[in-house]
Formats: sequence, structure tokens, C-alpha cells
Amino acid sequence: MSQNTAAKTAPASKGEDEVLITGPRVRDAIPPVLTFVGLLILWEASCRYFEIPRWLLPSPADIYQAFRESGHELWGHSLITLYETLVGFALSIAVALPLAVIIVWSPILRRTVYPVLLALQSVPKVAVAPLLALWIGFGTLSKVLVVFLICFFPIVVGATTGLASVQPAVMDLIRSLSATQMQTFIKIRFPTAMPHIFVGLKIAITLAVIGAVIGEFVGSEEGLGYIILVSSSQARTPLAFAALVLLTVMSVILYYIVEFVEKILVPWAPRN
Amino acid sequence: MAETNSLLMMELDRMNTATEISNSKVRIEDLHKTYLVKGGRTVALQDVNLTIGKDEFIALLGPSGCGKSTLLRIISALIKPSSGKVLISDEQILAPSRDIGIVFQQAVLLPWRNILDNVLLPAEILRLDMKKARERAYQLLKMVGLEGFEKRSPNELSGGMQQRAAICRALVHNPSMLLMDEPFAALDAMTREELGFELLRIWDIEKKTIIFVTHNIPEAILLADRVVAMSPRPGRISEIIEIDLPRPRTQGMEFTPEFKAYSDFIRDKIGH
Repeated sequence: MSQNTAAKTAPASKGEDEVLITGPRVRDAIPPVLTFVGLLILWEASCRYFEIPRWLLPSPADIYQAFRESGHELWGHSLITLYETLVGFALSIAVALPLAVIIVWSPILRRTVYPVLLALQSVPKVAVAPLLALWIGFGTLSKVLVVFLICFFPIVVGATTGLASVQPAVMDLIRSLSATQMQTFIKIRFPTAMPHIFVGLKIAITLAVIGAVIGEFVGSEEGLGYIILVSSSQARTPLAFAALVLLTVMSVILYYIVEFVEKILVPWAPRN
Repeated sequence: MAETNSLLMMELDRMNTATEISNSKVRIEDLHKTYLVKGGRTVALQDVNLTIGKDEFIALLGPSGCGKSTLLRIISALIKPSSGKVLISDEQILAPSRDIGIVFQQAVLLPWRNILDNVLLPAEILRLDMKKARERAYQLLKMVGLEGFEKRSPNELSGGMQQRAAICRALVHNPSMLLMDEPFAALDAMTREELGFELLRIWDIEKKTIIFVTHNIPEAILLADRVVAMSPRPGRISEIIEIDLPRPRTQGMEFTPEFKAYSDFIRDKIGH
């Protein structure tokens, strides 16, 4: 692998290493932040200069105003969307991981269930949302299930790929020690699969928020998706934008939480 | 009188056979291995017969495709022969035995375990006494010059150091046999030579029966008691050469006329 790494160098103190890493990172963050601020200013300026009506495209200041007026209301709806997202996400993990284990454990299931799963993956989940509402009504459960459906496939595919991606030489090694299936899974397959599982989880968590919003679009009286739907039909566009901003922030924060958990659980994962 | 004499002879004969058996560690009898491939079958091994003595150092030498790795995998019971049998310590092997340690071309250390825990993996799988195993692991790592690297992550080590750790892992459960599948082939020439002598030093301390697969003629001569030259299509043993160089083997031996004679002879036999 890394033939020429200077492994014999004295263990450098951790503090020094971190200075080396964080230094460039802060500097790397400056250009995108500046670009973002610049775009906001450009947006605000063009809205004012061209006198674009507020209901068509609100300026950042209008959106800020909407936050000030309906902050409390927005907060409540955010919590509802967050709840649907998290429950659906947790449910999909709880079903996808055991299913992946079963698929990898049993060659018969791998040949029967896995191809079907891959085929089902291409069903557009968005189109299923109205059917779910038809079957189980407009309650929270239908939103949770849309989230579940949309998160499920990336996780199960990531986990199955990961569990099956043990290097042949490692399999030979533990087979030569007559390891049991259980030992193989616990000591080898799970750790090997962890980076792949987190790839799936990171895709899933960004989709999860979308799933909740779609569920709310189909039929709901609460949540940020509902706010967007109602406020845009009433031409309260700044409020719709405020909800949009909250959804984006929620999505980004959730993504970084998953990444943070990955850094703790999978410190050996390859990163760029 | 004549009858008792012949009985005595028979008895002596039986005893001789018995001693012969107890002196051999591995007996390979009429081994054949064919693989089914597209459009027919490939004979990977044909008519392989070989007896390996206890604590003997055997080099399996040959070009790629001569079946030397297949032979090693059959001895370690990772694959089954098509016909014929392998006896280790006079017992036919049908399932992988814990009395074997394996080293592959790649170190295949697990990235989520530090060096010490990687070395301890076989002990965990075999459910050995972990306190004793840890002591032994420390001792082995010290022996190969990895003292102080026990808590390091594998990717912090050079290729040569990783392979040293892999050798420790193969020895930690104290097997009587070490099977090595081109263990140094992925290393640069200098590290390769260094590790070769390192292995001889280990073999001197920890007496093991070693089967060492290589396609490097000087390496085979320098390390082994006997070189088993194999040739491809079909894979078979073409010549067994006793290497009568004194031990300990040294770097300078490579330039002696005896060494060159062995080398020329083997090169001629395997048709290189």
C-alpha cells in the first residue's frame, strides 16, 4: 500500500498536526463564504434596482422580514418536518441494515431478494406518495413512510455492497482460522461495511428532508412543505422562501451530523 | 528360522515406515486439481506428490500459472483437491486447521485495528487466552523490530513493516506450519531481501515448517532447504532440488559459484 510513508518519524505531537490541518481549512472556507455573501448582495440589489414585485421574487430583506413576522409559526412547522424526517430515517436504518445482513448471510436470499430490491429502487418514490396517502390517510405516518421509502434504498444498497466488499485475502485469512459466520460479521464484515453504510446514510439523509416535504405536499395541514404550498398559493412568497431556507438549513445540518457521527465511528474511512 | 527372520524383517520394515511417517509434517499424495472454465477444464495441478519434513523450509518455485498458489490453498484446506489427499501430521486435512499460519502477498491488515489488535485477530477468532496472546503478540512484534508501533494504525507503517506485522499475525497462535504466498513480492528489492533474512532469523527462533511460494529464483535458493520447482500447463512438480548451502545463510552467498550453479540448474529445469 503506502510503501514509502515515513513511518519511522517520531510521533509528532497532536497539537502541531492540528494546526497544520486547520490552518488551510479556515483559509479554504473564505472564498465560498465571500461568494455567498456577494450573491446575497447582488440579489438584494437587483430586486431593488429592477423593482421586482415581492410576490414574484422576494429580496433577502423581505425573507428576513417574513422570519421576524412568522418566526414562531415557522419554528413549530420546522419541528414537525424534522420529526417526520428523523422518524422515517431511523425506520429505514432499522429495516435496511438487518435486511442487508440477511441478504449477505444467505446466498439464496441474495439471488432472490436483492435483484427485486434493485428493480424496486427505480420506482419513482415521489409518485408513490399520493398512493400512500390514499392507503393510510393524511396523518404523520404517511409522511414518515415516504421518508422511509426514499431513504431505504441507498442504505440497503450501501450496506449490502459494504458487507460483501471484504477483500478475498481477508476472507481466506479468517476462513483459514475456521471463523464462524457470526465472527466474520462482527469482526470483519461490519467494520468493512461502515464506510459504505455511511455513504448510503449521507445520501439518505439529504433525500429524507425531500421525502418529508413531498409527503406534506400530497396532503397535510402542518410542516414546512405545507407552509410552502399554502403561502405560494396565497402569494405570500417571502414566507415560502423562509420555509425553503429552513428546509435547506435543516438538510445541511442533518448531513453534517451524519458526517460527524461517521468521523467518530469510522475514523479509518478514506477521506479527501 | 527363515520364517522368524522374515517376520523380523517385516517388523523392522513396519517400524521404519512408522518413523518415516512421524518425521514428515506434510504428505501430498497423487494430488490433482482441475478447474471448470468456459469451454472445458484447466488442469491446475497434475500428479503432485511431495513429502515435507518437520521444520523444513520449502520453497515452491515457478512461473505464474504453474499452480503453486493452488497447491498452497489446498494445503491450507481453503479449496478441495479434485483427487488425491494432503496429510498434515499424518492426518488427512478436510477443514482448515488452526495449526497453520498464512501470510499473503498483501499484508491485508484491518485498517480499523491498530497493529497489536491486528496481530491478535487469530487469537480472538480461535478464542485463545487473550492475556497470554497479548504477551506473545508483544514479544513477536519486538522480535520483528516493531516494538513501539503496537498502537499505530496500519496505514502509518511502510509496506515492509506492514508485512512484518502480518508475519506476527500468522505466528500469534503458535502454529507449527507457516504458509506464505509470495509474501515479499509486493515489496521493493531491498526490503524484500531484508525481510527474507528476517524470516530466516524468525525460523531459527520459532521452529516451523515453512512453505514459501515464490517466482524469484535467488530468493528460493537463499531461503529454502529444498526448492520444489513447478512448471505450468498442467501444473506439476518438475524437479526437487536440495539446497546444500550452509546456514545461517548470508547475503554474500548469492555471489558464490555454488549459488550460481543452483540458479542455472533451476532456471534450466523450469525452462526460463
